[in-house]
Amino acid sequence: MVPTKEELDRAFDARFPQAFRQAVSAARVAVAGLGGLGSNLAVMLARSGVGHLLLVDFDRVDITNLNRQAYRIPHLGQYKTEALPSILREINPYLDIQTWQGRVTEDNAAALFGEYPIVCEAFDQPEAKSMLVNTLLRECPNTVIVSGNGMAGYGDANQIRTRQVLSRLYVCGDGTSDVGEGMGLMAPRVAVCAGMQANQVIRLIASQCAMCNSLGGADF
Amino acid sequence: MVTINGEPVAAAGESVAHYLERAGYRKEYIVVERNLDIVPKANYETELLQDGDTVEIVQFVGGG
Repeated sequence: MVPTKEELDRAFDARFPQAFRQAVSAARVAVAGLGGLGSNLAVMLARSGVGHLLLVDFDRVDITNLNRQAYRIPHLGQYKTEALPSILREINPYLDIQTWQGRVTEDNAAALFGEYPIVCEAFDQPEAKSMLVNTLLRECPNTVIVSGNGMAGYGDANQIRTRQVLSRLYVCGDGTSDVGEGMGLMAPRVAVCAGMQANQVIRLIASQCAMCNSLGGADF
Repeated sequence: MVTINGEPVAAAGESVAHYLERAGYRKEYIVVERNLDIVPKANYETELLQDGDTVEIVQFVGGG
């Protein structure tokens, strides 16, 4: 039996104040890239009850994704913009999930993401990461970006941090661990980085919620 | 002096592009903010750093 919306809302850890839960439910968050970072952080945001998600990717689920992305064998060959919503609907079918399947460019990025105050940058190519951050910071003055940068390999996961680098740019990662010869991506460090991004998104949502702050929440 | 990523650098009068090259940045992989404005990549060659500027440079690596 699928839980009702009311049952799921009640199940959101009731130790959190109502104002905070409402802020999360009203939040609008976009995820650019649905790979190792994006698929995992989208699952975390859905579990957290973020009410409005935009999921963007051009690609299909591939066997090489299974070592770190949220997809499973039955999803192989599906567009990520179809597979991921099907996963999220089995966590909370009452979230508003929008998708866009295609390649993000400097010409379409602002129109795609402009309505979302929080955008998670979860691409894998450094040129695409640079293009997205440059374009959104210049063309979308109300948007805050939470980016993933440097999470390859199995080095010390304590090196993965969250830093506010610009007034509207947070960067999670170790900043240096690139993919390359002998160094790929593995689930644990990718998930640590994705978790940092998802946590920073929740912190941004809470910081914009006046009632949450007046209840003496952590400083942001 | 120009403050770049929190450190004083003697780069006044230099173009953004020139500084990026000598500091080893790949311009395709970065974001440059100068005095709280993002510098468009098309302007890297023409925009000159000035004494007292505050610059932040973020460089992305692969993986995600």
